[in-house]
Amino acid sequence: METQLLFQLILNGLIVGTLYGVVGMCFVLIYKASQVVNFAQGEFLLIGAWTCWWLLTAWNIPFFWGFLIAVAFMMVFGMAVQLVVLRPLIGEPIISVIMVTIGLSIFFQALMKWMFGTFAQPFPPIFTVDKVNVLGLQVQTAYLLSTGVSVAIMAGFAWFFKYSRMGLAMRATAFSQQVAQSLGISVRQVFALSWGISAAVSAVAGVVVGMVNGVSSALSYFGIKVFPAVILGGLDSIFGAVVGGLIVGLLENLGQFVDSQYLKWGNLYEIIPFYALIIILMIKPYGLFGTRDIERV
Amino acid sequence: MAEAALKMDPVADAASAPLLSVDNIEVVYNDVILVLRGLSLKVPQGKIVALLGSNGAGKSTTLKAISGLLKTEDGEITRGDVTFLGEKINQIEPDKIVRRGIFQVMEGRRIIADMTVLENLRLGAFTRRDNEVKADIERVYEFFPRLRERTGLAGYLSGGEQQMLAIGRAMMARPKLILMDEPSMGLSPLMVKEVFAIIKKLNTELGVTILLVEQNARIALSVADYGYIMEQGKIVLDGTAEMLQTNEDVKEFYLGQGGGEERKSFKNLKSFKRRKRWL
Repeated sequence: METQLLFQLILNGLIVGTLYGVVGMCFVLIYKASQVVNFAQGEFLLIGAWTCWWLLTAWNIPFFWGFLIAVAFMMVFGMAVQLVVLRPLIGEPIISVIMVTIGLSIFFQALMKWMFGTFAQPFPPIFTVDKVNVLGLQVQTAYLLSTGVSVAIMAGFAWFFKYSRMGLAMRATAFSQQVAQSLGISVRQVFALSWGISAAVSAVAGVVVGMVNGVSSALSYFGIKVFPAVILGGLDSIFGAVVGGLIVGLLENLGQFVDSQYLKWGNLYEIIPFYALIIILMIKPYGLFGTRDIERV
Repeated sequence: MAEAALKMDPVADAASAPLLSVDNIEVVYNDVILVLRGLSLKVPQGKIVALLGSNGAGKSTTLKAISGLLKTEDGEITRGDVTFLGEKINQIEPDKIVRRGIFQVMEGRRIIADMTVLENLRLGAFTRRDNEVKADIERVYEFFPRLRERTGLAGYLSGGEQQMLAIGRAMMARPKLILMDEPSMGLSPLMVKEVFAIIKKLNTELGVTILLVEQNARIALSVADYGYIMEQGKIVLDGTAEMLQTNEDVKEFYLGQGGGEERKSFKNLKSFKRRKRWL
């Protein structure tokens, strides 16, 4: 019975971990392209989920279309945030930019509470079966879908940065904005696009989590959980964000297992990622996959 | 005949107008540091023009003023004009200037260290939308056969290979004008020769116009058609490459030859210092 629970929690950890990984990638994308630490990442999930929920409940749009419209809206929304709020801050000290993203986070949270209320709202049922059986373990259908979508997004990111013209341009911009401009890349376009992609992909994660837990401002805590994940991974590594996400997801669930079986402290799973963060950073200050500059000798 | 040459009609005049002309520009960094004080030069279509001068004369600044990269370093052109293909480009963003056909190979190569050679080359073609990029990559490999074998990250290439990659990346953009900033920097004398042979080849085989900034005046003048010498933000001397190579002052200050017996002794240092001011 205990091993059953352990396996169940490991599976949950992997599923939630891939979601952390996806949101982590979005966070790293913005950080790499425009050097902005975006504290409003969690709010992108929240706004995306509320938009989708609103489309489904108020307009009775089929899930698939509502989902697509919400993601497209978030793409535009992300670019708009960059254009209106962050573009004027280019060249300002990093601390000012961080304060602005914290401000954005508070503003969006309050705005969503004002528009949709403070109570968690369930998504209309989308799947005919709520849970499916995978190798004897119970998995929420929504999570199964989310894992598929997450893996697809990760593969998409890998392709995008390796082969697409804009993906290469983003990497060039991350390397040096001056070099990017000397190659004919519009740095402003790259900034806007990175925010757009980041918001859109975060919205996907927001909808998935909303389907399982209901949509409420608790969704934006996801943005906070993602911090240990990306810092573990090295802040500037997309691959590191994925690994960091999986580690955080697993740690949380293993923490819950240890806690519920032996320690009985309660809530260990909430803080264990941060303990691990401190320990790993003591050993590897650049994170697991953070790159130091290549020095040719 | 001479009169006919003087009375050219405007159309023919436009055709013979230089590809790039810089007219009396003044460049200021951070609103206070005056770097270029009324600099003018012309780069005719299809030629190699060398811009020579000592450290701090403002050579790199001149190139950045043309390519627009000045704006990324908090500098601006406060007076004068930069005209390319008959249009003023002083206030245009650097990425748009690349689209118009000016590509700068920056000092110190500035290749993207955490990308492969191929990715660097593909980024050179960022502004292009045609489907001949693959063919152009092949052409770069023909120019630089050793780049084909390098499959790792560009950051691990040797200095010479990095310079080749930087030039190859410029070729990928199919520019009309390449601004080349110190291609010989940090390279062995043998590699410098190789790089300059390639610069000449670019010009003769692909017809690219090149504005070349260089410390190594001897090798620069050996490939250039025309040369400008600048000091303290101004052009102090200009002429064809042959003319500059035989000019006594250039020979003494930049080519390290000539200057007669009396200047070889420290006793005559005063005369040297006076002469160093040129005008």
